[in-house]
Amino acid sequence: MSGVAREWREIPGRYNLEGTKCGNCGKIFFPARNFCPICRRASMGKMEQYGICRTGKVFSFSIVHEAPESNNLQKPYAVAMVQTDDGVMITAQLVDVDFDKIAIGMPVRAVLRKLSMDGESGIIRYGYKFVPLD
Amino acid sequence: MREVAIIGTGVTKFGELWNKSFRSLGIEAGMKAIEDAHLSGSEIDAVFIGNLSAGRFINQQHIDALVADYSGMATNHIPATRVEAGGASGGVAFRQGVMAVASGMHDIVMVGGAEKMTDLDDASINSVMDSTADSEWEAEMGATFASLHAMIAQRMIYEGIATREEIASVAVNSHFHGAFNPNAQFKKAVPIETVLRSGPVATPLGMFDTAPISDGAASVILCPLDMAKEYTDSYVKVAASAQASDTLALFQRPDITTYGATVAAAQKAYAAAGISASDIDVAEVHDVYSVGGIMALQDLGFYKKGEAGKAMLEGQCHFDAGKIAVNTSGGLKARGHPIGATGVAQIVEIAQQLRGKADNRQVADAKYGLAQNVGGTGSAVTVSILEAI
Repeated sequence: MSGVAREWREIPGRYNLEGTKCGNCGKIFFPARNFCPICRRASMGKMEQYGICRTGKVFSFSIVHEAPESNNLQKPYAVAMVQTDDGVMITAQLVDVDFDKIAIGMPVRAVLRKLSMDGESGIIRYGYKFVPLD
Repeated sequence: MREVAIIGTGVTKFGELWNKSFRSLGIEAGMKAIEDAHLSGSEIDAVFIGNLSAGRFINQQHIDALVADYSGMATNHIPATRVEAGGASGGVAFRQGVMAVASGMHDIVMVGGAEKMTDLDDASINSVMDSTADSEWEAEMGATFASLHAMIAQRMIYEGIATREEIASVAVNSHFHGAFNPNAQFKKAVPIETVLRSGPVATPLGMFDTAPISDGAASVILCPLDMAKEYTDSYVKVAASAQASDTLALFQRPDITTYGATVAAAQKAYAAAGISASDIDVAEVHDVYSVGGIMALQDLGFYKKGEAGKAMLEGQCHFDAGKIAVNTSGGLKARGHPIGATGVAQIVEIAQQLRGKADNRQVADAKYGLAQNVGGTGSAVTVSILEAI
């Protein structure tokens, strides 16, 4: 169980894949960072909001058979590291997909889905998952 | 900086120890180390303890005070410090102890590592493990700790760095050695078919690719090298104790088939010890998942990328193969993995090998030994090198 604020403050990233771009070197980060770990001080105050590209390719994947309580009803489910078309890596679930068809390099796109819920009366978390592009 | 020696070691049995509490495990390991170092206990002037999550496992924070109290150190009011660095908690605690002695701040230091995991249910234990990765952007998104390692394994296979069989052979090697270690959780060798056919946890990894849930504790006593002889004739030198960090989340790295923190810590450690990878005779590496063993052998410079798996599969990592012996204790897979204890237990095994006290798994003429302890998916790594005297 976690508080409402902890989920609420992450909504831009979780719902809209909002990251940041360094105004100094141009590198894109997800999740958002307050400063660029490469430029460090030179990037302070120069980080810009940046919407991460919602399409990409599977970089690696796994079918999860042992899951925490919050995801127990979903198992087995697929997780993937997805490299978006603007080169950013994101880890998320891969859904609406035949497990046998998942392969490294498979084109995917981001969708908004329910992630988990804290029981009957707790918080329902939403966020990005990926589905096959076509 | 002063040179540092290990003058005593102690370790409990690892396993599902229903009749042992956190307190009794920690004290058992500590008392064995004190006895081994021929101390009374009153000489000790600082304690460092590695522990991942007593707060969630047994609902007890502030275990630095608990350990000081129950090991009889609180009556002397010596400083006790708890260290947490994910799976590298024990390794980082060891390094803190080494620095304390090397700096001259303390003379006789006890380093402990302890974890009591089995008081909690399995699902909750796994969620503690998951939180050593990036809790908000990996675990919350559905990635388990196992699945992160599985995605590393998937890339290793895809890029032709290791085959599924070679990855599985890490578990076979650890079980081979576990059979010789009376303190190991699993004292039984297994054929590779057992690993390959085990139930899936996160594909391509199965149950036998993963370290078990364990209770246990380990301890070592440190002192300045030039004081060691006052206490014992059987001691080893700490030739290097290095540590490095990396991004918290695996997905933030350009290459996931290597741990940059292992490479960085190993380079620092070899330079400090004045040796190279080929001088190492025996190593304990962090095979929390089998694939971690392959990565370690590559990142530590023992084998080139693509050759570590073959060496493992061919049995070249056995204690009696005449090459670099790997995980002679049984590794995390067979010795067991009480998380905070692991990094210290690795040091105990290497020290015992270099003192010639490893019984029927003794590596012949071992001069240099190395321990690699990993937190998260390579977010914190310690590499320590010990030298026989």
